[in-house]
Amino acid sequence: MSGLGTVPIWLSVVIAVFVVLGSTLTLIGAWGFLRLGSFYDRLHAPTLATSWGTGGIALASALLASWVQDRPILHELVVGFAVIATVPVTLMLLARASLHRDRMEKAAHLPPELLQASSDPEHTSQGAPSTSSE
Amino acid sequence: MIARLLPHPLLVLVLAGMWMVLTRFSLGNLMLGLGLAVFASWTMHALQPERVPTRSLRMLPRLAWTLFVDIIRSNIAVARLLLTEGSGCRRSSFLLIPVELRSPTGLAVLAIILTATPGTAWVEYVSETGTLVLHVFDGAESEHYLHVVNNVYVPMLQEIFE
Repeated sequence: MSGLGTVPIWLSVVIAVFVVLGSTLTLIGAWGFLRLGSFYDRLHAPTLATSWGTGGIALASALLASWVQDRPILHELVVGFAVIATVPVTLMLLARASLHRDRMEKAAHLPPELLQASSDPEHTSQGAPSTSSE
Repeated sequence: MIARLLPHPLLVLVLAGMWMVLTRFSLGNLMLGLGLAVFASWTMHALQPERVPTRSLRMLPRLAWTLFVDIIRSNIAVARLLLTEGSGCRRSSFLLIPVELRSPTGLAVLAIILTATPGTAWVEYVSETGTLVLHVFDGAESEHYLHVVNNVYVPMLQEIFE
Protein backbone atom coordinates (compact mmCIF):
# COMPACT_ATOMS: atom_id res chain seq x y z
CA MET A 1 0.00 0.00 0.00
CA SER A 2 2.13 2.87 -1.20
CA GLY A 3 -0.14 5.67 -2.37
CA LEU A 4 -2.05 6.21 0.89
CA GLY A 5 -0.82 9.78 1.06
CA THR A 6 -2.49 10.62 -2.24
CA VAL A 7 -6.00 9.95 -0.93
CA PRO A 8 -7.81 13.31 -0.86
CA ILE A 9 -9.53 14.47 2.30
CA TRP A 10 -13.09 14.14 0.99
CA LEU A 11 -12.49 10.50 0.09
CA SER A 12 -10.86 9.83 3.46
CA VAL A 13 -13.98 11.17 5.15
CA VAL A 14 -16.29 8.99 3.06
CA ILE A 15 -14.14 5.91 3.73
CA ALA A 16 -13.96 6.70 7.45
CA VAL A 17 -17.75 7.08 7.62
CA PHE A 18 -18.25 3.66 6.02
CA VAL A 19 -15.67 1.99 8.30
CA VAL A 20 -17.18 3.52 11.45
CA LEU A 21 -20.71 2.68 10.28
CA GLY A 22 -19.83 -0.94 9.55
CA SER A 23 -17.87 -1.54 12.72
CA THR A 24 -20.44 0.23 14.91
CA LEU A 25 -23.26 -1.87 13.52
CA THR A 26 -21.18 -5.02 14.04
CA LEU A 27 -20.49 -3.93 17.64
CA ILE A 28 -24.19 -3.25 18.28
CA GLY A 29 -25.01 -6.66 16.84
CA ALA A 30 -22.47 -8.35 19.10
CA TRP A 31 -23.72 -6.38 22.09
CA GLY A 32 -27.28 -7.43 21.36
CA PHE A 33 -26.18 -11.01 20.87
CA LEU A 34 -24.72 -10.91 24.37
CA ARG A 35 -27.70 -9.27 26.04
CA LEU A 36 -30.79 -10.76 24.41
CA GLY A 37 -32.62 -13.35 26.43
CA SER A 38 -34.16 -15.89 24.07
CA PHE A 39 -32.61 -17.98 21.34
CA TYR A 40 -34.93 -16.68 18.63
CA ASP A 41 -34.18 -13.08 19.57
CA ARG A 42 -30.48 -13.76 19.35
CA LEU A 43 -30.95 -14.88 15.74
CA HIS A 44 -31.62 -11.25 14.80
CA ALA A 45 -28.58 -9.55 16.33
CA PRO A 46 -25.87 -10.92 14.01
CA THR A 47 -27.84 -9.93 10.92
CA LEU A 48 -26.73 -6.35 11.64
CA ALA A 49 -23.15 -7.51 11.18
CA THR A 50 -23.91 -9.53 8.07
CA SER A 51 -25.83 -6.76 6.29
CA TRP A 52 -24.50 -3.21 6.73
CA GLY A 53 -21.74 -4.27 9.10
CA THR A 54 -20.07 -6.22 6.33
CA GLY A 55 -21.40 -3.86 3.67
CA GLY A 56 -19.94 -0.71 5.20
CA ILE A 57 -16.48 -2.16 5.73
CA ALA A 58 -16.48 -3.79 2.27
CA LEU A 59 -17.49 -0.52 0.59
CA ALA A 60 -14.80 1.40 2.44
CA SER A 61 -12.20 -1.17 1.46
CA ALA A 62 -13.32 -1.14 -2.19
CA LEU A 63 -13.18 2.67 -2.34
CA LEU A 64 -9.72 2.88 -0.80
CA ALA A 65 -8.26 0.08 -2.91
CA SER A 66 -9.77 1.52 -6.09
CA TRP A 67 -8.20 4.91 -5.42
CA VAL A 68 -4.78 3.57 -4.44
CA GLN A 69 -4.52 1.12 -7.34
CA ASP A 70 -6.14 3.49 -9.83
CA ARG A 71 -8.63 0.94 -11.18
CA PRO A 72 -12.00 -0.29 -9.89
CA ILE A 73 -11.46 -2.97 -7.24
CA LEU A 74 -14.70 -4.87 -6.74
CA HIS A 75 -13.49 -7.94 -4.84
CA GLU A 76 -15.20 -6.69 -1.69
CA LEU A 77 -18.59 -6.56 -3.40
CA VAL A 78 -18.20 -10.25 -4.23
CA VAL A 79 -17.39 -10.88 -0.56
CA GLY A 80 -20.51 -8.96 0.48
CA PHE A 81 -22.66 -10.87 -1.98
CA ALA A 82 -21.27 -14.22 -0.82
CA VAL A 83 -21.96 -13.32 2.82
CA ILE A 84 -25.55 -12.25 2.07
CA ALA A 85 -26.24 -15.34 -0.04
CA THR A 86 -24.85 -17.88 2.45
CA VAL A 87 -25.98 -16.47 5.81
CA PRO A 88 -29.55 -17.81 5.43
CA VAL A 89 -28.22 -21.38 5.32
CA THR A 90 -26.65 -21.04 8.76
CA LEU A 91 -29.47 -19.08 10.34
CA MET A 92 -32.18 -21.38 8.95
CA LEU A 93 -30.29 -24.41 10.18
CA LEU A 94 -30.06 -22.93 13.69
CA ALA A 95 -33.67 -21.75 13.73
CA ARG A 96 -35.07 -25.05 12.51
CA ALA A 97 -32.95 -27.08 14.93
CA SER A 98 -34.24 -24.91 17.75
CA LEU A 99 -37.83 -25.20 16.56
CA HIS A 100 -37.51 -28.98 16.34
CA ARG A 101 -36.19 -29.15 19.87
CA ASP A 102 -38.89 -26.82 21.20
CA ARG A 103 -41.55 -29.00 19.59
CA MET A 104 -40.13 -32.14 21.13
CA GLU A 105 -40.11 -30.45 24.52
CA LYS A 106 -43.49 -28.73 23.96
CA ALA A 107 -41.90 -25.44 24.92
CA ALA A 108 -44.26 -22.88 26.42
CA HIS A 109 -42.92 -19.94 24.41
CA LEU A 110 -43.99 -21.46 21.09
CA PRO A 111 -47.39 -20.30 19.87
CA PRO A 112 -49.89 -23.19 19.83
CA GLU A 113 -50.25 -23.20 16.04
CA LEU A 114 -46.55 -23.96 15.74
CA LEU A 115 -46.68 -26.77 18.28
CA GLN A 116 -49.51 -28.42 16.39
CA ALA A 117 -47.53 -28.92 13.22
CA SER A 118 -45.54 -31.75 14.77
CA SER A 119 -48.40 -33.27 16.77
CA ASP A 120 -50.01 -34.23 13.46
CA PRO A 121 -49.79 -38.05 13.62
CA GLU A 122 -49.04 -38.29 9.93
CA HIS A 123 -45.75 -36.51 10.32
CA THR A 124 -44.40 -37.33 13.75
CA SER A 125 -42.83 -40.55 12.57
CA GLN A 126 -40.76 -38.66 10.03
CA GLY A 127 -39.53 -36.03 12.45
CA ALA A 128 -39.74 -32.52 11.08
CA PRO A 129 -42.94 -32.09 9.09
CA SER A 130 -41.72 -29.40 6.81
CA THR A 131 -39.38 -28.99 3.93
CA SER A 132 -37.61 -25.77 3.35
CA SER A 133 -36.53 -24.35 0.07
CA GLU A 134 -32.91 -25.04 0.74
CA MET B 1 -26.56 -28.94 -29.01
CA ILE B 2 -26.13 -25.51 -27.48
CA ALA B 3 -28.30 -26.56 -24.57
CA ARG B 4 -26.06 -29.60 -23.97
CA LEU B 5 -22.86 -27.59 -24.10
CA LEU B 6 -24.21 -24.67 -22.10
CA PRO B 7 -26.84 -25.94 -19.68
CA HIS B 8 -26.83 -22.75 -17.61
CA PRO B 9 -25.97 -19.81 -19.91
CA LEU B 10 -26.83 -17.16 -17.32
CA LEU B 11 -24.57 -18.83 -14.75
CA VAL B 12 -21.72 -18.87 -17.28
CA LEU B 13 -22.17 -15.16 -17.97
CA VAL B 14 -22.29 -14.23 -14.29
CA LEU B 15 -19.29 -16.37 -13.35
CA ALA B 16 -17.21 -15.12 -16.26
CA GLY B 17 -18.19 -11.56 -15.36
CA MET B 18 -17.12 -12.17 -11.79
CA TRP B 19 -13.79 -13.56 -12.96
CA MET B 20 -13.20 -10.42 -15.01
CA VAL B 21 -14.08 -8.25 -12.03
CA LEU B 22 -11.62 -10.10 -9.81
CA THR B 23 -8.71 -10.04 -12.23
CA ARG B 24 -7.11 -7.52 -14.53
CA PHE B 25 -8.79 -7.39 -17.90
CA SER B 26 -6.90 -9.28 -20.60
CA LEU B 27 -7.75 -11.70 -23.38
CA GLY B 28 -6.10 -14.55 -21.46
CA ASN B 29 -8.16 -13.86 -18.38
CA LEU B 30 -11.33 -13.66 -20.44
CA MET B 31 -10.66 -17.09 -21.96
CA LEU B 32 -9.64 -18.60 -18.62
CA GLY B 33 -12.72 -17.13 -16.94
CA LEU B 34 -15.04 -18.36 -19.68
CA GLY B 35 -13.47 -21.82 -19.53
CA LEU B 36 -13.85 -22.03 -15.78
CA ALA B 37 -17.43 -20.74 -15.99
CA VAL B 38 -18.42 -23.34 -18.58
CA PHE B 39 -16.80 -26.07 -16.47
CA ALA B 40 -18.67 -24.82 -13.40
CA SER B 41 -21.95 -24.85 -15.33
CA TRP B 42 -21.38 -28.53 -16.22
CA THR B 43 -20.85 -29.25 -12.52
CA MET B 44 -24.04 -27.35 -11.77
CA HIS B 45 -25.83 -29.39 -14.43
CA ALA B 46 -24.64 -32.62 -12.78
CA LEU B 47 -25.95 -31.42 -9.41
CA GLN B 48 -29.23 -29.97 -10.66
CA PRO B 49 -30.19 -31.17 -14.15
CA GLU B 50 -33.29 -29.00 -14.62
CA ARG B 51 -32.75 -25.40 -15.58
CA VAL B 52 -33.97 -22.72 -13.26
CA PRO B 53 -36.84 -21.14 -15.14
CA THR B 54 -36.65 -17.38 -15.24
CA ARG B 55 -39.65 -15.80 -16.86
CA SER B 56 -38.67 -12.19 -16.77
CA LEU B 57 -35.62 -10.45 -15.40
CA ARG B 58 -37.01 -6.96 -15.88
CA MET B 59 -38.12 -6.89 -12.25
CA LEU B 60 -34.62 -7.60 -10.95
CA PRO B 61 -33.36 -3.99 -10.61
CA ARG B 62 -36.53 -2.96 -8.78
CA LEU B 63 -36.23 -5.96 -6.46
CA ALA B 64 -32.59 -5.11 -5.73
CA TRP B 65 -33.45 -1.48 -5.03
CA THR B 66 -36.39 -2.34 -2.75
CA LEU B 67 -34.18 -4.74 -0.84
CA PHE B 68 -31.40 -2.17 -0.57
CA VAL B 69 -33.72 0.44 0.93
CA ASP B 70 -35.35 -2.14 3.21
CA ILE B 71 -32.01 -3.33 4.55
CA ILE B 72 -30.94 0.21 5.43
CA ARG B 73 -34.25 0.95 7.13
CA SER B 74 -34.33 -2.24 9.17
CA ASN B 75 -30.65 -1.87 10.12
CA ILE B 76 -31.52 1.44 11.74
CA ALA B 77 -34.66 0.03 13.38
CA VAL B 78 -32.97 -3.05 14.85
CA ALA B 79 -29.88 -1.12 15.97
CA ARG B 80 -32.14 1.32 17.83
CA LEU B 81 -34.10 -1.51 19.42
CA LEU B 82 -30.89 -3.25 20.53
CA LEU B 83 -29.51 -0.07 22.07
CA THR B 84 -32.72 0.61 24.00
CA GLU B 85 -33.13 -3.06 24.92
CA GLY B 86 -34.62 -3.42 28.39
CA SER B 87 -36.15 0.05 28.59
CA GLY B 88 -38.69 -0.31 25.79
CA CYS B 89 -41.58 -2.69 25.52
CA ARG B 90 -40.38 -4.68 22.52
CA ARG B 91 -41.88 -8.13 22.21
CA SER B 92 -40.73 -10.50 19.53
CA SER B 93 -43.26 -12.86 18.00
CA PHE B 94 -43.73 -15.64 15.52
CA LEU B 95 -45.55 -14.76 12.34
CA LEU B 96 -47.31 -17.27 10.10
CA ILE B 97 -47.64 -16.04 6.54
CA PRO B 98 -49.45 -17.93 3.77
CA VAL B 99 -47.40 -17.33 0.62
CA GLU B 100 -48.47 -18.01 -2.94
CA LEU B 101 -44.95 -18.52 -4.16
CA ARG B 102 -44.19 -22.16 -5.08
CA SER B 103 -40.99 -21.97 -7.11
CA PRO B 104 -38.10 -23.44 -5.06
CA THR B 105 -35.69 -20.87 -6.45
CA GLY B 106 -38.11 -18.07 -5.70
CA LEU B 107 -38.45 -19.32 -2.12
CA ALA B 108 -34.68 -19.54 -1.79
CA VAL B 109 -34.37 -15.93 -2.91
CA LEU B 110 -37.14 -14.94 -0.49
CA ALA B 111 -35.17 -16.66 2.29
CA ILE B 112 -32.08 -14.64 1.39
CA ILE B 113 -34.14 -11.43 1.31
CA LEU B 114 -35.77 -12.03 4.68
CA THR B 115 -32.55 -13.12 6.37
CA ALA B 116 -30.50 -10.28 4.89
CA THR B 117 -33.05 -7.85 6.31
CA PRO B 118 -32.44 -7.47 10.05
CA GLY B 119 -35.59 -7.91 12.12
CA THR B 120 -36.95 -10.97 10.36
CA ALA B 121 -35.64 -14.52 10.66
CA TRP B 122 -36.84 -17.41 8.54
CA VAL B 123 -37.90 -20.26 10.81
CA GLU B 124 -39.54 -22.75 8.49
CA TYR B 125 -41.62 -23.21 5.38
CA VAL B 126 -44.30 -25.88 5.30
CA SER B 127 -44.57 -26.87 1.65
CA GLU B 128 -47.86 -28.82 2.10
CA THR B 129 -49.76 -25.71 3.17
CA GLY B 130 -47.49 -23.03 1.71
CA THR B 131 -47.11 -21.46 5.12
CA LEU B 132 -44.01 -19.50 5.95
CA VAL B 133 -43.05 -19.13 9.61
CA LEU B 134 -41.02 -16.04 10.45
CA HIS B 135 -39.66 -14.83 13.73
CA VAL B 136 -40.11 -11.08 13.98
CA PHE B 137 -37.84 -9.13 16.30
CA ASP B 138 -40.38 -6.39 16.92
CA GLY B 139 -43.84 -7.92 17.20
CA ALA B 140 -45.49 -4.52 16.73
CA GLU B 141 -44.23 -4.57 13.13
CA SER B 142 -45.98 -7.85 12.28
CA GLU B 143 -48.61 -6.16 10.10
CA HIS B 144 -45.89 -4.35 8.20
CA TYR B 145 -43.96 -7.55 7.45
CA LEU B 146 -47.12 -9.39 6.44
CA HIS B 147 -47.76 -6.62 3.92
CA VAL B 148 -44.15 -6.44 2.71
CA VAL B 149 -43.84 -10.19 2.10
CA ASN B 150 -47.17 -10.75 0.42
CA ASN B 151 -47.63 -7.49 -1.46
CA VAL B 152 -44.08 -6.46 -2.29
CA TYR B 153 -41.62 -9.33 -2.49
CA VAL B 154 -43.80 -12.30 -3.45
CA PRO B 155 -45.35 -10.59 -6.54
CA MET B 156 -41.88 -9.54 -7.72
CA LEU B 157 -40.47 -13.04 -7.26
CA GLN B 158 -43.51 -14.53 -8.96
CA GLU B 159 -42.93 -12.31 -11.95
CA ILE B 160 -39.29 -13.39 -12.12
CA PHE B 161 -39.60 -17.12 -11.47
CA GLU B 162 -43.17 -18.25 -12.17
